[in-house]
Amino acid sequence: MIQPIEGGAGQTPARAKTRDKTMTQTKAETAQAHYRPGFTLSEAAFRKILYLAGISVLVLLIAIFLSLLIASLPSIKALGISFLTGRTWDPVTLKFGALPFLVGTLITSFLALLISTFFSIPISIFLGYYYREGKASSFVKTVIELLAGIPSVIYGFWGLFFFVPIIRFIETALGVPPYGVGILASSLILAIMIIPYSASLGREVISLVPNDLKEAALSLGATRFEVIRKVILPYARSGIFAGILLSLGRALGETMAVTMLIGNSNFLPTSIFSPANTMASVIANEFTEATGAVYLSSLIELALLLFVVTTIINIIGKIIIIKTSFEA
Amino acid sequence: MKNLVVCLMAAVVLLAIASTGIAKEQELIGAGATFPYPLYSKMFDVYSKEYGVKVNYQSIGSGGGIRQLINKTVDFGGSDAVMSAEDLKTAQAPVLHVPTVAGAVVVTYNIAGSPEIKLTPDVVADIFLGTIKKWSDPRILSANTGTKLPDMAITVIHRSDGSGTTNIFADYLCKVSKEWKDKVGLGTSLNWPTGLGGKGNPGVAGLVQQTPGSIGYVELIYALQNKMPYAGIKNKKGNWIKPSIASTSKAANIALPDNMMVSLTDTDAADGYPVSGFTWILMYTEQRYGDRTEEKAQEVVKLVWWMAHQGQKYAEPMEYAPLSKAAVEKAEKLIKSVTYGGKQIMK
Amino acid sequence: MKESSLRRRIFADRAFQALVALLSFCAILPMFFILFFITKNGIAVINWNFLTRLPAPVGETGGGIANGIIGSGLLIVLSSVIAVPVGVLTGIYLAEHRKGKFAYLSRLSVEILMGIPSIVIGIIAYIWVVMPTGSFSAISGGVALGIMMLPVIVMSTEETLKLIPDSLKEASLALGVSYPRTILKVILPAGLNGIVTGVLLSVARVTGETAPLLFTAFGSPFMAVNILKPVSALPLTVFNYATSPYPEWHALAWGASFVLLVFVLALNLTAKLGLRKWKVQF
Repeated sequence: MIQPIEGGAGQTPARAKTRDKTMTQTKAETAQAHYRPGFTLSEAAFRKILYLAGISVLVLLIAIFLSLLIASLPSIKALGISFLTGRTWDPVTLKFGALPFLVGTLITSFLALLISTFFSIPISIFLGYYYREGKASSFVKTVIELLAGIPSVIYGFWGLFFFVPIIRFIETALGVPPYGVGILASSLILAIMIIPYSASLGREVISLVPNDLKEAALSLGATRFEVIRKVILPYARSGIFAGILLSLGRALGETMAVTMLIGNSNFLPTSIFSPANTMASVIANEFTEATGAVYLSSLIELALLLFVVTTIINIIGKIIIIKTSFEA
Repeated sequence: MKNLVVCLMAAVVLLAIASTGIAKEQELIGAGATFPYPLYSKMFDVYSKEYGVKVNYQSIGSGGGIRQLINKTVDFGGSDAVMSAEDLKTAQAPVLHVPTVAGAVVVTYNIAGSPEIKLTPDVVADIFLGTIKKWSDPRILSANTGTKLPDMAITVIHRSDGSGTTNIFADYLCKVSKEWKDKVGLGTSLNWPTGLGGKGNPGVAGLVQQTPGSIGYVELIYALQNKMPYAGIKNKKGNWIKPSIASTSKAANIALPDNMMVSLTDTDAADGYPVSGFTWILMYTEQRYGDRTEEKAQEVVKLVWWMAHQGQKYAEPMEYAPLSKAAVEKAEKLIKSVTYGGKQIMK
Repeated sequence: MKESSLRRRIFADRAFQALVALLSFCAILPMFFILFFITKNGIAVINWNFLTRLPAPVGETGGGIANGIIGSGLLIVLSSVIAVPVGVLTGIYLAEHRKGKFAYLSRLSVEILMGIPSIVIGIIAYIWVVMPTGSFSAISGGVALGIMMLPVIVMSTEETLKLIPDSLKEASLALGVSYPRTILKVILPAGLNGIVTGVLLSVARVTGETAPLLFTAFGSPFMAVNILKPVSALPLTVFNYATSPYPEWHALAWGASFVLLVFVLALNLTAKLGLRKWKVQF
């Protein structure tokens, strides 16, 4: 269905950008000067609505941040900086140090991201370039979308049944304690869970690379592999990266499946086989039973910390996107 | 697409109008402990058929139940643990603990051939502290002469989620081991010195079944239903007790306090299983709060009374330990103390 | 010399295509394992009664998950009503304003929203909706799920619209079509495929969530449709059944999971058919 658009596309990204700028200045006048049949929404009102929508997510986020901040004040007051540096999480003596969970979260998420990229980018290319239409394409696409719809709990059950015995076998062969559950098991399951997010965006941006760019490269004698490497990937890079960031967000916040597979140990992990804990899994594990002001609010502070970590990672990601798009 | 959105909005508005129009029928809301959920759902099903009062009980965890009661979003709470002094203070009004059934926490294990084993209290504590590391430890062997135990490392499996089950287990270990009390202590979530965490009773049961040489603790019902082996434990009076519904009920054969906020662990009863505990319904003694009607207060009291009497017969078939006679009498007194605007509701 | 380099390039091309196909194939394999896993465990309990009856207590047969199906449907409608308009409009805004500090902040917010764990969103909805109203309700569950859907919808809308060639917009504007009309009638339909995929992904994301519903929609064993009162949802049903000690309830949990999966599948297919209709118009 995107075919007809691409047929009319005739510009390089650089040209598109400059033209977009001049357009935004002139289109207001053009639109107003013309008669608009049967449409009452004025341009100014429409722009205001769009602006409000744009502002709404920011407001929502700030509101969430403030709610979390207020709710975690008791623990911030009681614990201070030791919350970030402490290694002991002991609800009995009200000692809360989140360092092991911070480390556990970062290791599992990035390991999962690394594994999933090996699959999500090929899928994006497969669906966005090699097989854009036809039965094979729509089949793979449907299956990938379905992967996103499987409840987290089911992933957890399946991981226990499928990955854990395999990992236990490897662990026995390597001579490490054969727990089966641990960082590796949860990273593998997370990797599968986040593939749909990066793949769907990747497919979309790759399939929207203008045809004439690809055709120009092909007519110069490039092979399809070279078209992908030299034309498509540079063009779609920022979109692919956005997809990976989206899936990273998903990985950071995932709870149920991770909780079932990570082994839930409050110690700093020493290898990819060791059991650990993530911030999200601790919140999910302990929130329902937590009583007492400091305990409850330190769990919410954990959510706040996760919030801050996600923000930092996203800003770093943004900087990388900006850098890469300059190179292109 | 815009049409779709409009349709959806219309549907929601219609639903909202329709639902406010539905006659207000009596519905009670309760939330809390997961442990009695299957039993409560059975009891409330029968109750609604007999009395036409719908009861919606959701298992959101004991801590959740306590918080909901404090926030007054429920008519009654459910909990496996007694409310802490801090929580009682936050609640601002006196809260009753009415026991409904008793449960036992058993030590389950994965050893090839599933031999029956016996454990002394100090051995249980030291295994979960991580100081006894192998199944062939002489302290385990001395209580199990004649049983073949492998020379295998012990993997401890505990609950990863906060849980009333953990609370009962830790309460017991605090009473029998000074080291446990000093190092780990009592709570729904603990700073475990060793081992892996599984989510919920099924999570622990699953990990134990999968991991050779592991040991864990689950509620008796789970061990029975999953056909897992469980250890006999020496109680305070020196008797070896195998956990069962009968030995759990018998654990309550002690001098019970009037408010029933009592721990049954390490019981003085000679034939009682030492890792047992009540599960309670929590409600405010003074039912006139917020915009609560007297009718609703009466319904809650009637329901709890029914649970402590007629409801008890559903406990045993579902492998819960029913209340002892003494416990029922205490519960009656508690229920009769409930008031609405200072007036006693049930005489 | 030249010949061999050409051969190498052709070989690299073939090898790469094979590699892409192989890795894609590997990535969809888990889906079949999981599908098989759920079907094997869940299919046995599926029958008409299971789909149309209310849950029965332990020991009685014939219990169903009708309350969960209705509740999930209601929650999805509520959350979509909240999230789809805001999400698509925000996506348009971001696609139209690629540069600028404000758009940057707005975009960053969306990405951070994506990373907030579901249970935290549940806590937020509890603080915002349940506490002030003093009761659990379907609407509070809808708010929680809506917040979770939002970032997925915004991001896929933005990325899809961004890649539609500007020439399309310019052509429309040059023909004298107003700006709102150009966006709503030309650009949006052109990107509809990606947007609907995003909405589907977002619905799929929330359909299986338990954690944010525990303290909001709460669950109910009855046939509840009042949006101001507690309602059940399929994942809550799965959760209650799966954490119970009874094997017959575990079977029901698998059955409910199977229904959940079929539901997501059906959603996908329906959207595909709907899109085909759109394609003709376009």
